[in-house]
Amino acid sequence: MRLEIEGLTKRFGSFTANDQIDLTVEPGEIHALLGENGAGKSTLMNMLYGLLDPDEGTVRLDGEAVQFKDPGEAIEAGIGMVHQHFMLVPVFTVADNVTLGREQTGLPGILSRRKARALVRELSERYGLRVDPAAKIADISVGVEQRVEILKALLNDAELLILDEPTAVLTPQEIEELFVIMRQLRDDGKSIVFITHKLKEVQAIAVRITVIRRGKVIDTVEPTTSEGQLAELMVGRAVSLTVSKAPATPADEPTLEMSGVTVIDDRGLAVVKDVSLDVHGGEILGIAGVQGNGQTELVKALLGLVRPAAGSIRISGREISRRGPAESLRQGIGYIPEDRQHDGFIGSFTVAENLVLDHYHEDDFSSGVVLDLASIANNAENQIVQFDIRTQSAKSTVDSLSGGNQQKVVLARELSRPLKLLIAAQPTRGLDVGSIEFVHKRIIEERDRGTAVLIVSTELDEIAALSDRVAVMYDGRVVDIVDPSTPREDLGLLMAGASPASPQGAADV
Amino acid sequence: MSDQAPSTQQQEPGEDRETSGVAATVQSWLPTVRITLLSILLALMVGAVLIIVSDDEVLSKFSYFFTDPMDGLSAAVEVVADTYWALLEGAFGSAGAIQSTLERAAPLTCAGLGVTLAFRVGLFNIGANGQMIMGAIAAAYVGFTWDLPPGIHLIVAVIAGMIAGAIWGGVVGLLKAQTGAHEVIVTIMLNYVALQILRWLLTLEAFQVPGSNDPKSPVVDADAQYPDLLGVHSGVFVALLAAVGVWWLLSRSTVGFEMRAVGANPDAARTAGISISKAYILAMVIAGMLAGLAGTEQVNGHEDPLTDGIAGELGFDAITVALLGRATASGTVLAAILFGAMSSGGREMQAATGTPLDLTLVLQALIVLFVAAPALVRSVFRVQDRAAGGADLAKGWS
Repeated sequence: MRLEIEGLTKRFGSFTANDQIDLTVEPGEIHALLGENGAGKSTLMNMLYGLLDPDEGTVRLDGEAVQFKDPGEAIEAGIGMVHQHFMLVPVFTVADNVTLGREQTGLPGILSRRKARALVRELSERYGLRVDPAAKIADISVGVEQRVEILKALLNDAELLILDEPTAVLTPQEIEELFVIMRQLRDDGKSIVFITHKLKEVQAIAVRITVIRRGKVIDTVEPTTSEGQLAELMVGRAVSLTVSKAPATPADEPTLEMSGVTVIDDRGLAVVKDVSLDVHGGEILGIAGVQGNGQTELVKALLGLVRPAAGSIRISGREISRRGPAESLRQGIGYIPEDRQHDGFIGSFTVAENLVLDHYHEDDFSSGVVLDLASIANNAENQIVQFDIRTQSAKSTVDSLSGGNQQKVVLARELSRPLKLLIAAQPTRGLDVGSIEFVHKRIIEERDRGTAVLIVSTELDEIAALSDRVAVMYDGRVVDIVDPSTPREDLGLLMAGASPASPQGAADV
Repeated sequence: MSDQAPSTQQQEPGEDRETSGVAATVQSWLPTVRITLLSILLALMVGAVLIIVSDDEVLSKFSYFFTDPMDGLSAAVEVVADTYWALLEGAFGSAGAIQSTLERAAPLTCAGLGVTLAFRVGLFNIGANGQMIMGAIAAAYVGFTWDLPPGIHLIVAVIAGMIAGAIWGGVVGLLKAQTGAHEVIVTIMLNYVALQILRWLLTLEAFQVPGSNDPKSPVVDADAQYPDLLGVHSGVFVALLAAVGVWWLLSRSTVGFEMRAVGANPDAARTAGISISKAYILAMVIAGMLAGLAGTEQVNGHEDPLTDGIAGELGFDAITVALLGRATASGTVLAAILFGAMSSGGREMQAATGTPLDLTLVLQALIVLFVAAPALVRSVFRVQDRAAGGADLAKGWS
């Protein structure tokens, strides 16, 4: 299907979210839409999908002008959309979800699960989207959920697929698998619009790349364009993609000492197994590993959010395990949680309130039980300037901020008090290039101030760029501690559970 | 926008920011206030239809509507106007009416504040009725048995009522925090328990009027009653003070900050080192205390004895009041006054125009129903709420 967009404009009050957008997607083309968070990519696609009414401009499908009142009409016309946040019923099976709205019936009015499963199996074989039609959504991984969403679109005979940030939630392996699927769909003649802000991915898969910045199309380029140029088009200024840092000067005494830490989860399974790690002041220890290998639980144990079943955790010699989060924070741990929406801030609270969320009770911001609103407001004004938080005012709710600015609020809060240990879990997940650069810089500054830093990330690039030492976790254990310059393939093997080549790492732990 | 904030601050350090803050607050509340007012208007319109169809005289004039439509219509307008006028007069038309309105609003305010506070920490406190009953029992017992100097007697009785309510609410918080027991179930059950305790106590001689077998206590001593002040009993002012206290607690204190944080996002609150258990327990203790205070308004405010109808439906109306007041202290006060006015004006209306008192209950129910369905109100009045509409969209799809 050939998609032509001409002069499409959308305004929200005085704010122009999309300004005279032109875009053409040829049949059988993977077309990347590249732009920072808030550049207007989603607005554009929501107009295309009938979720928003354009103020000006036309959309043509195969030469015919169309205007959709709702997503139903867009689906009818052959447009399929896979949202960033999946819209599946967790307690239903894969087959039930795929056929939702197009239920397969045997006798009139009676559901035929058999037919539904057969249909899903046939579709999944045709496009190489491996799924188990009988599995419940709640039991499958995020990557498979995404395939279910794609199948849903295909069942509706979609000829043009819109994938909204499809890689944001995937592991590196799952991203590779998604690309294989996308190529297969392309070979089958489907057109794909691939929305992203990740430069490597567009180079890997797109035929053409349209860059959007502040609601305007900046340029449409070939994938041969260098990463640096793409980043510059996207952000509007030159950005450094590598992290520059001086060699670490770690302190002699470790700030954080973990020995034999074991965590048992709600199901009674050991998810962290006998982990012993030291982090010294002035160094960054990266924890690499595929998601779900115990990193999350290890960090929670450090924070006092879960009680380790065995082992000890000491900050500057003081035992903090089993004492709760308040004690961990008091001992000087700063925490940037991996799921900031969930654990990092309170969306309905103001920026100012969130900036003191874990130290409102300190003398600077309250006396007794009385909050010192003036100093809380003052603190907010300072942090907003220092961390360049883009917000209408300190009294805006954090919900109204973009993802990058929300992360800046968390970062500003955690870095604004004296720290001994900074724990940053997936600190740049879902952030755009400009914000990533900023976050990395701040983390390194904190290291250079003599703070011990622990980084947990599933992105090897990030681990390699920031860490002074890298601990690899697999199945709840630290399998090895290596130098960040270790070749990617070797790291990948360790992450997949291969035993380390030399026993030196194990002796170190 | 972000560039402007710091520069304004430099020019005019204090005042400018303050006023823009107030303006922003007013701005942010405007849609809510508008929806509430329109809901009241819509409820009155539906109520008008009910008034017309329940009036036999008007209906008889409608029987010859097609020969003389004006006769029926003017009669209809007249009866609606009369009825609402009587309602308004009965609520605010005289010193006595205002007194009745405010004294009815006072217990609703206190109990409503208890529900509001629990809402803010994320708990649905259905138990205001039970907490009120316990408060009333304690306050009444102290009021009619103990012999204390004037003034002190009232204070001790009120404190006893608040403590009893606090215990009854605190149990809920404790069970929730320690065992995860759902507060809705626990509060509903404790309502029954409280009512049965009251009924049992009223069978005991210690709680009955000497020489009588009625399930009815003596009236509390005169020196344990809220003294009159500016034409109303001073419990009204106690209720207002309680509202100021709740407002202060929620917006100005660290404890309130913790409660709001737990209510808005318990995971983030826990990660920030806030104790969820402490917030739950404390909020329910204070909520119970406020409901207990409402109980004292009942027994120490009027010269009414303690009976098993002492709390009536007030504890449940309190939930409605808190919802209508959008779980804010000031909103709760306004909603309680509205309900007090309906209840006080309703009697006058029934006496003057013969419209049944039930109309006010229908009106109350309709107001809350419309507030809960803002899209309906917007479509009836063709209000475009751009801000609210946009927010919904962003939540759903971005």
